[in-house]
Amino acid sequence: MEAILFYITAAVAILSALFVTQCRNPVNSALNLITTFLCLAVFYVMLEAPFMAAIQIMVYAGAIMVLIIFVIMLLNLGLAVKSRYSHGLAGGGFVAALVLLVTSHFVGTGVATGTGGEITSEVIASYGHTELIGRAMFVDFLLPFEIASILLLVAIVGAVVLSKRKV
Amino acid sequence: MITVNHYMMLSAILFAIGTFGVLTRKNAIVIFMCIEVMLNSVNLTFIALSRHVGNMDGQIFVFFVMTVAAAEAAVGLALMIAFFRNKDSIDTDDFNLLKW
Repeated sequence: MEAILFYITAAVAILSALFVTQCRNPVNSALNLITTFLCLAVFYVMLEAPFMAAIQIMVYAGAIMVLIIFVIMLLNLGLAVKSRYSHGLAGGGFVAALVLLVTSHFVGTGVATGTGGEITSEVIASYGHTELIGRAMFVDFLLPFEIASILLLVAIVGAVVLSKRKV
Repeated sequence: MITVNHYMMLSAILFAIGTFGVLTRKNAIVIFMCIEVMLNSVNLTFIALSRHVGNMDGQIFVFFVMTVAAAEAAVGLALMIAFFRNKDSIDTDDFNLLKW
């Protein structure tokens, strides 16, 4: 049952990712990208990380995609649909195939070691995934969390300055 | 039985598709979306391995990847709007201001 769900969702994820690269209209690419994000959220649920799935849908499929679609509609890029939309297909395909070859070689020949950490299915079921994430983030990773907030502040200021007409 | 290798293989395929899109498309926003596909494939690897190892650190790292992706989206799209104002296009072929 899990295997069937995995293969169907993986097929949908791969197909929609392909359509992201092949659609001529950027809005169609964006919609396919949302489908990919939703499939990845399904995988996160299957991997017993429901909080990450919720974050994936809210932050990626919600916030970031709204930003991207907003910019696509703002710039009105649908007009360029008829022109040539890609180049270097042979070179790009070759490099992508090379990447796939190398990574699949590593995955196929390597063995994932290091099992047996303290976060097992029973621990997730008894504490809840959100609590475990919160503990890890606000105890072990407090300084990176604060630095990430500074990064977001810098990004806000940078975006405002870049899109102003006159600074 | 779905093992961690299945998830890593899937994320390798998604990463290769993202690479293909980045290298072949002309529209800067579509290139940006292909970069998001690559980031997400890496996120999938992080969560699958974090589940496999039984440790929370990989999932925390995914948080920071998402933060950086959000910051990147804000700044990158602002850059594209600024560029579109000057050139009336966001084709990467027109990004040649620094060319000799």
